[in-house]
Amino acid sequence: MISLTVNGKKRMVDVKPDTPLLYVLRNDLELNGPKFGCGLGQCWACTVIMDGMPILSCITPVSAAEGHNILTLEGLGSIEKPHPIQKAFIEEQAAQCGFCINGMIMKSKALLDKTPDPTDHEIIAALDPVLCRCGTHKNIVSAVRRAAKEMKK
Amino acid sequence: MKDFLLTRRQFGITAAGIFVTFTLAPELVLSADQPLPGALSGTPMLDAWVLVGSDGKITIFTGKVELGQGLLTALCQIAAEELDVPMSQIKVVSGDTRLTPDEGYTTGSQSIEYSGTALRFACAEARALLLEKASAALGVPANRLKTAEGKILSVDGRKLTYAEIAKTDLLHHRATAKIAPKPASQHAIVGKPAGRIDIPAKLTGLPSYVQDMRMPDMVFGRAVRPPGPRDRLEGVDIATVRSMPGILSVVRDGSFLGVVASREEQAIAAREALQQSAKWRTAGDLPDAANIYTWLKKQASVDEIISEKKSPNAKQVVKRLEAAYTKSYVAHAAIGPSCAIAVMKDRKLRVWTHSQGVYPLRRNLATVMKMNPEDVIVSHVEGSGCYGHNGADDAAFDAVLLAREVPGRPVKVQWMRDDEFAWSPFGSAMVMQVSAGLAADNSIADWQYELWSNAHSGARPGRPGGINLLAAWHLDKPFAPSSPRPVPVPPGAEDRNALPIYDFPNQKIVRHLVKETPLRTSALRALGAYANVFAIESFMDELAVAAGVDPIAFRLSYVKDPRARAVIETAAAKASWKPGFKSDGTKGRGFGFAKYKNIACYFACVADVEIDRKAGGVRVTRVVGAADAGQIINPKGLEMQLEGGMIQSVSWTLKEAVTFDRARVTSRDWADYPILTFAEVPEIEVHLIDRPEERPLGSGEASLGPTAAAVVNAVSSALGRRIRHLPISKEIIKQAS
Repeated sequence: MISLTVNGKKRMVDVKPDTPLLYVLRNDLELNGPKFGCGLGQCWACTVIMDGMPILSCITPVSAAEGHNILTLEGLGSIEKPHPIQKAFIEEQAAQCGFCINGMIMKSKALLDKTPDPTDHEIIAALDPVLCRCGTHKNIVSAVRRAAKEMKK
Repeated sequence: MKDFLLTRRQFGITAAGIFVTFTLAPELVLSADQPLPGALSGTPMLDAWVLVGSDGKITIFTGKVELGQGLLTALCQIAAEELDVPMSQIKVVSGDTRLTPDEGYTTGSQSIEYSGTALRFACAEARALLLEKASAALGVPANRLKTAEGKILSVDGRKLTYAEIAKTDLLHHRATAKIAPKPASQHAIVGKPAGRIDIPAKLTGLPSYVQDMRMPDMVFGRAVRPPGPRDRLEGVDIATVRSMPGILSVVRDGSFLGVVASREEQAIAAREALQQSAKWRTAGDLPDAANIYTWLKKQASVDEIISEKKSPNAKQVVKRLEAAYTKSYVAHAAIGPSCAIAVMKDRKLRVWTHSQGVYPLRRNLATVMKMNPEDVIVSHVEGSGCYGHNGADDAAFDAVLLAREVPGRPVKVQWMRDDEFAWSPFGSAMVMQVSAGLAADNSIADWQYELWSNAHSGARPGRPGGINLLAAWHLDKPFAPSSPRPVPVPPGAEDRNALPIYDFPNQKIVRHLVKETPLRTSALRALGAYANVFAIESFMDELAVAAGVDPIAFRLSYVKDPRARAVIETAAAKASWKPGFKSDGTKGRGFGFAKYKNIACYFACVADVEIDRKAGGVRVTRVVGAADAGQIINPKGLEMQLEGGMIQSVSWTLKEAVTFDRARVTSRDWADYPILTFAEVPEIEVHLIDRPEERPLGSGEASLGPTAAAVVNAVSSALGRRIRHLPISKEIIKQAS
């Protein structure tokens, strides 16, 4: 059994230690936020935050997450009570298909926690590895700007 | 699984408290002079499109599906507008063989034109029927009643809700389309920005995609593909893999190989083990990538003169200019690889898929599985962004083949990244050859255009003459794919937008559809229009330079359509285009224009670029576009579709080419096939010209061709040399420098 702390809750899972964290989060803990995009650590659709750092859950073995705090998209806020970043993304309509957005929001969360007032350059640098195919980049950057503003209030 | 074989009637009762009975209308033959508008002509019953629930909630039905383009939100706006109910009271049911009209595929930016028009007329008529019923109930003439917020209000102060009125089979009527929808001047919802109805759930981690579906007893499947397209499986160690942990089934049927496991990572491990032990007979029949364009032109093809025009008034040709343009194979490269779930029980089959056409997929599945189509239910659930015919249908068939092995258990098949890159159909490589005869005054007297391409259409499931499902070609008793067939212009396919929008006195346009398909190709956003617009708009620039005329003024001299002129002029004005641009050797500026499919959205844009001659780098700094999509349903949605197309086009144009050797596709992950990232995305602006009294025009694919052309023209202006190949690789820039 492996003990995980996900979104503030202790969870026990009976899986092999080398199982990628992504499959445990999605299939055992039934979370939808982190997405399977490549399984190779290239696209960041699977991003979760571990102890404040964005990580690629598709190439992180579940054993490496034991004893750490894992935050997923669900841990930020809900549809009724969205986190300011989720709210900003909704207000900017910063999604087309939305498949990459988990990575965008989680990377933004990690950025804004460390850099509450980022420059456009810092936003772009933080999000650059996260791939988006629909071409929603402009609205995503606007959403992060808006979130930064809201969170300072 | 409780809704395994839910009927539409049960769906109505259980899911939405709907009591109006639904029966499929018989095939209706309408007289040619009175066709019902939009998709009503194929599905004429009002209650096939709209139902009023006993709780006052409205359910609308569409055979079109959400692909990430915001379609369902736009359709919801249309229905809310005509019915006078808030959007929040409307539930949209889409793409389901039990529940919705058969509207074929969601393709070609036609959904608003067909499904939207049907819903508009159906909802207008539904509202009129509700008013008529209320008039009788209240004893007040219908013209003394009005509707608002899902209620009927009488001038005397009495109110009735829609739910109170719609107590019989009120909407079980054949549409007449005699009730005129609201004129644009009365629109309160259509034409205004509306938040996408799907976005809040997606952004907070609620299940939104087929990838997010979980069911009791669900198990996980993976397919093991051959290395190359026509390789054959000669042997594989199935026994060892069967003994791996969690393995429920290993399936081999001819060269189709797949595995079902209790857990996802177990299925992945088994897939890897099978890949390692499998022995394939390599076909090695792919053409030489270095000579692919020569190869294309040498193949047997279906040739057609798609336009020929000769004017007796044409000026005499005194000189000819000619050029050939080429474009690589491009991949869909969706962020999420294809995924599907299937379950088979008592010779009934249920499939959840992000296919663009649930009914056509059902037809192919029923044929291959030797089942009655009625015993197969196919439901659309969103997947990752869809830009055309990707692996969705193939993943669905993989799931069906694996579900057969574990009856009663839903099997979720998730393609891996390399499955998606190597096996989703590509947008075809193309060659475009163009020549112009110039008169003494440098005007174009004659235009000759030829193109060579593999199919961009006709390779989807449900097309006649074959089975278009990947695994079906690998079975022990294989099925053949259907043979590609040309699509008449407009809309065309390979030759989409090959007809110049410009008015030339003499012209001849020839399409060569190459049948031999070494790499699987099919519809990718904009089809042939991306490359044809690139070629036409590049050559127009070349001719303008040769004539010493500003490229935009040069184009305008061949354009009469006032809407086209307005779009061109708006883009030029908003980008502060000034004739006589001179590059300093690094900065470039270019223009591109097209009317998508020659019948849909007008789009023009100006691109600014900077080049780094030494490193071969191109940076697109800014693209300013203008569009006329007729009546605008959702300005925010339209803007995002156009902007998304512009960014995707910059990505294709600067970076994207599928790579392959003689045996296999070699671009199999994001390192082999990079796409545009944040740091490379240009500043983007789109200006919309609203035409509220005009028909809405398909726009989802309109910006790709013109953006490519503007970027190429800008790079060529910076280089002082003409670029005639896409993508504009570093090597091309270095060689031209």
